[in-house]
Amino acid sequence: MESAGLSGLILKRLASGLVTLFIVSLMVFAGTEILPGDVAHAILGQQATPDSVQAIRDELGLDRPAILRYLEWLYNFVQGDLGVSLISGREITDLIDTRLRNSFFLASVAAVIAIPFAVGLGLVAALYEDRLADKSITIMTLVFVSLPDFLLGYLLLLVGAVTLGWFPALSRISSSMSFIEQLQAVALPCLTLVLVVSAHTMRLTRAAVLSVMNQAYIEMAELKGAGRRRIILRHALPNALSPVLNIVMLTLAYLIVGVVVVEAVFNYSGMGQLMIDAVSKRDMPLVQACGLIFASVYVLLNLSADILSILTNPRRRRPK
Amino acid sequence: MINLLRDLNLSARIGVVIVVVFLLAVTFGPMLLPYSAVEISGSVWEPPSATHWLGTDNVGRDLLARILTGGRMTVLVSFFATCGAFAIGCPLGIAAAITGGWFDLIVTRSVDALMAFPGLILALIVLSAIGTSIPSLLMMMAVLSSTIVFRLTRAVASDVAAMEYIEVARLRGETMRWFLFKEVLPNVAPTLFTEFGLRFVFAAILISSLSFLGLGIQPPYPDLGGMVKENALAITFGRSAPILPALALALLAIGVNLIVDGLLKRNANLDLHK
Repeated sequence: MESAGLSGLILKRLASGLVTLFIVSLMVFAGTEILPGDVAHAILGQQATPDSVQAIRDELGLDRPAILRYLEWLYNFVQGDLGVSLISGREITDLIDTRLRNSFFLASVAAVIAIPFAVGLGLVAALYEDRLADKSITIMTLVFVSLPDFLLGYLLLLVGAVTLGWFPALSRISSSMSFIEQLQAVALPCLTLVLVVSAHTMRLTRAAVLSVMNQAYIEMAELKGAGRRRIILRHALPNALSPVLNIVMLTLAYLIVGVVVVEAVFNYSGMGQLMIDAVSKRDMPLVQACGLIFASVYVLLNLSADILSILTNPRRRRPK
Repeated sequence: MINLLRDLNLSARIGVVIVVVFLLAVTFGPMLLPYSAVEISGSVWEPPSATHWLGTDNVGRDLLARILTGGRMTVLVSFFATCGAFAIGCPLGIAAAITGGWFDLIVTRSVDALMAFPGLILALIVLSAIGTSIPSLLMMMAVLSSTIVFRLTRAVASDVAAMEYIEVARLRGETMRWFLFKEVLPNVAPTLFTEFGLRFVFAAILISSLSFLGLGIQPPYPDLGGMVKENALAITFGRSAPILPALALALLAIGVNLIVDGLLKRNANLDLHK
């Protein structure tokens, strides 16, 4: 273990991440198969005739054992073949293409704004602990954590689009728009996401930095007369880096879930809307594909958080 | 109870007032109002007036009556889902902490697997298969939330089991019943109580989000998230109809979070005094 060193540790973490991905794919597949009856009946509901049930069973290959269907599905997925939508009959890869890009665009603009903003405010709150700045930030975050995503979305929609008329109420982007126009189109959903995510990130950053600042070595540095600047940059920052990086990754992971609701508020054509549509129409292949994409991104973010934390925190390299 | 209130800070007391008023309003409010939640008593999206204090909704029903009735539905569903989460998570957590070995390993790993998902996405996948009836919603939410309850109970139970007072009680020859109710429970109760609050807020926001997406509680039952969806179009006319039910939900969540925050601070202070 000790001889394996850093790269060995990271390889080990990568391997366990792969195992998690495998388990997650198994659960996505099993999750859509756990109903007592039969998918074909569930899809057809009242209109189920023996013929139509058989047609769907044939189309989905339901007569073959589940384990075979799972392996085939996973194999095709890895090859980039996501199957065919049950409702529209189109290739799922075509359906997902622009929507995945739209969601990615929205989430990354939100991340670029939210992360410096939230981590910065969290730092301020921690460094001025128990003073006015900290107290007001803490109360604000407590309130924002409690607000449902759609409330923030509609409030911003009411103020930004209807009352002030600064932004479009429907967030549509297309490739013919310039980058600035696209940014303006996603301004409101983006702001909603920033507000939703920032509250969590701020609270976590504040707690992480405070726990470092309360360590004995910080007190020691103060006692030996090191300046405040030196204490923060040389003693606190290297130790706070790992938890804060972790929080950044958690924020990104939280964005993925936030996207689903925010897209619905603003009628933004992205992955979230696609998945909700698929779930309400019981388009199983599409639900599985969307679910696996969402879950994989989430797992990969958590995995990179862990690897970054191994890289930035030498304590984690010690075998336990 | 009175003593506990005295211990709490100002913001937690505000939280208690918010939650108590909310619960009283959703319990007794619908009986006191002249309109029921389903009767059409005005035109579409009327602004607030003396007859309709909060205005009317997308088909002309009284918004206040619907928010109170819908709020009751949201509270009940979240409460039962949270109870379910504790009924699954607590016994499993305690059992895993005490027995250890294979049982512990299997349960812990399954919980890890469930937590590798974002909650809402897992909920959507499961709902696509089992449908959106209220029992299946409750079951899905209870299982989702039980993962965190399990982790917490397991951690707390293994901490408590290693405490000296447990050893003393064991040497005194106390019964299992005494153990659980006089030694373990009073020491884990504050932690579990605050967690119950957090899980309740999680459940309320999850079920409302699902209803908002059209995949939660289905009409004709009113609930806060579903009402936001029904009235979503009003926003383009500058009306606040979709915002009001969402505000009611936010108020409940803020109230509970304030109490939880106060309790956490109080518990942390108690630890310091030791």
